[in-house]
Amino acid sequence: MGRIKPRHHYPEERKYKGGFFTTKLNYVMGWGRKFSLFHYPFITACCGMEYMSAACAHWDFDRFGVGMTTFSPRQSDMLFVVGTISQKEAPVLRTVYEQMCEPKWVIACGACTLSGGIYDNYAVVQGIDKIIPVDVFIPGCPPRPETILDAIEKLQDKIQYQQQDWRWKSKK
Amino acid sequence: MPTRLQNEANKENLLINMGPSHPAMHGTIRIMLELDGEKILNSEVEVGYLHRGFEKTCEHKTFFNLLPYTDRLNYVSPLINNLGYVMTMEKMLGIETPERSQYIRVILCELSRVSDHLTALAAMTMECGAFTAFLYYIQAREELWNIIEETTGARMTTSYIRIGGVRADLHPDIKTRLAKATKINRRVLKDNHGLLDKNRIWIDRTRDVAVVSSKMAVNYGFGGPCLRASKVNYDVRKAQPYLVYDQLDFEVPLGDNGDNYDRYLVRMKEMEQSLRIIEQCLNKIPKSAGPEELLIKGLEPEDAIKTSRSKRVEDTIKLSPNLEGSEKVKYPGILTEDKKYIVPPKEDTYTSIEGLINHFKFFMKDHGIRPPKGDVYFSVEGGSGEVGYYIVSDGTDKPFRLHLRGPCFHIVSALEEMIKGHYVADVIPTFGSLNMIGGELDR
Amino acid sequence: MEIKKVIEELKVKFKDDITEFSKQFGDDVIRVKRESLRDIVRFLKKTPHNFAMLLDLTCVDYMGEEPRFEMVYHLYSISNKNRLRIKIRLDENDLKIDSLTSLWGNANWLEREVFDMFGVHFNEHPDLRRLFMYDGFEGYPLRKDYPLRKRQPIIPMRYEDAD
Repeated sequence: MGRIKPRHHYPEERKYKGGFFTTKLNYVMGWGRKFSLFHYPFITACCGMEYMSAACAHWDFDRFGVGMTTFSPRQSDMLFVVGTISQKEAPVLRTVYEQMCEPKWVIACGACTLSGGIYDNYAVVQGIDKIIPVDVFIPGCPPRPETILDAIEKLQDKIQYQQQDWRWKSKK
Repeated sequence: MPTRLQNEANKENLLINMGPSHPAMHGTIRIMLELDGEKILNSEVEVGYLHRGFEKTCEHKTFFNLLPYTDRLNYVSPLINNLGYVMTMEKMLGIETPERSQYIRVILCELSRVSDHLTALAAMTMECGAFTAFLYYIQAREELWNIIEETTGARMTTSYIRIGGVRADLHPDIKTRLAKATKINRRVLKDNHGLLDKNRIWIDRTRDVAVVSSKMAVNYGFGGPCLRASKVNYDVRKAQPYLVYDQLDFEVPLGDNGDNYDRYLVRMKEMEQSLRIIEQCLNKIPKSAGPEELLIKGLEPEDAIKTSRSKRVEDTIKLSPNLEGSEKVKYPGILTEDKKYIVPPKEDTYTSIEGLINHFKFFMKDHGIRPPKGDVYFSVEGGSGEVGYYIVSDGTDKPFRLHLRGPCFHIVSALEEMIKGHYVADVIPTFGSLNMIGGELDR
Repeated sequence: MEIKKVIEELKVKFKDDITEFSKQFGDDVIRVKRESLRDIVRFLKKTPHNFAMLLDLTCVDYMGEEPRFEMVYHLYSISNKNRLRIKIRLDENDLKIDSLTSLWGNANWLEREVFDMFGVHFNEHPDLRRLFMYDGFEGYPLRKDYPLRKRQPIIPMRYEDAD
């Protein structure tokens, strides 16, 4: 058996050994960012059980590049708000959000985070977008793991096509 | 405003704050610690971050409509919470339920109990760093939730157990699926016994940590595995048997010391007993009143409604797949005969005037379920202890007051005393072994 | 020991302190005077009746009735498998009752919860603060005159409710 020579389908590639492609910087930054989402799970209530299911081996959202769970808001890009936010919890949520570095995204998971859900009473915040801005809302009480996976894909699409903020750009 | 610990603490000691959103804690709870080096001198636990006003909201809902709120109390075993509420109401109304529905309740409640223990141990092991065990436990839970979903239509928040019986019949193919899930569960339990029982790290972190004497456990009103790990033989299923538990053969596992390791072992043994109960129930359960298989033959719903305009519909009507198992023919097996307390079958509502009247009578304001005046307390054995409901009725269709005795409220109230004198790292397995569920604790 | 014997013994020993013996849906209920609560409960706990567990402690607001509030205690005896409910009426203007923290550990949090939700004051409680609600929350949410949707946010919201 002789040594197998590498086969090239495109003669151009032989010329430029590594190969190259052209793209926009905005696009490639989005591509990089969307597959390396470090997320901070802010789990309070029932939806956390479905979040656990989605995170574990059976549904496994690591496939989409969000497997890295960081438990420090300073090192995370995405905030996963899972479960009811009560009035007592609201300042905590806002503090966590403010500690995160730019760029940052927020997914609100479950009916309680959308609108307070079935808890329309004195204790519950009627939707977390009253406290922090939200990128993707997931309906359901609780949402099924498939819905959570779908929301992650939606957020990735959003990150891919949004106007990326660059540090050197903002200095001008 | 300074907290109690900030006022009391010695100025030379270190105060640290765990929670309400902390990497090593699940759920929302704040633990403030006064430390000398790594030793905990004093601590203060603050709860209420998930206070959702359950009791106040229920006072504004009818007895039928508040059932979904009970799902979300202990969200790992919602069926047991349904059962507690429903049986309290049945005690008040004096309803007898069919035998088959009682067996169905037992099967599903035991499935819930297993999934509760699996989740509790999964969280505990994960926080101690045993990630493999965590993945195994959750995988086993997934199998159980699939079965629950097939019968009840939802994975977690089921609202399946209703006043007077259950919502629908069991899935026709439940026997083979349960056999498969039980097999997987037994294997997971065996694997995890192998991973953890003699694991040096696991033993060091759990053995002789946070020992609860039987006297203290009773004094704090513990229940469930935490109480039985402290060698107190109290199980509501044995002490005051409800449903068909007195006809079933199962043991109540007890611990020796009452430390974290015992709480882990008792949970593991209890799951095996629960699986045993499920197998016995499947052998003993009476036959369904309707056909065992799905209704494939029958009148299409729209044809039935058309026919009903001119004459009474006699044939069986095929229902939409969402209502699988809740056909009229199956009602004698799963729901009580008293029409006052149950939602009439959909076939009747849409095709006959009596059914329509019954339907409106049930859902109209100031009609529906109206228990007699008085107050009642009833409890069932939940995942982490005695789940009790105290309901005060003033004769209307809404509860005057509804109070839940959440088992983990009493258990977490002992946390301050349990971690005293231990190290910071011991807080995590201790807290994990208590199975704190926010919805039930803060309500 | 059966619950009947317990009731009979209570009838003899605390003739003046217990105002009513009744049965509600099969459960035994006694109504006691406020001053004698701790004596009766201690008697039930320490003697062979052995009501060692305080299952539950809560309050009910009967607005419009006099006296307005009712404290409800549930006791359980593990060895005898007996349950007993104790009720005490409290007047709105004098919302005070003896604390049971010296007898049971879990009474601490249970009483704090009742204080939080109803505003009942417990004498000799070591640490009577709000349990579920936060500092600065005004009113007692589980009272009947507290509106269901009256929210008191700690931090300002980004926008107001539509309703």
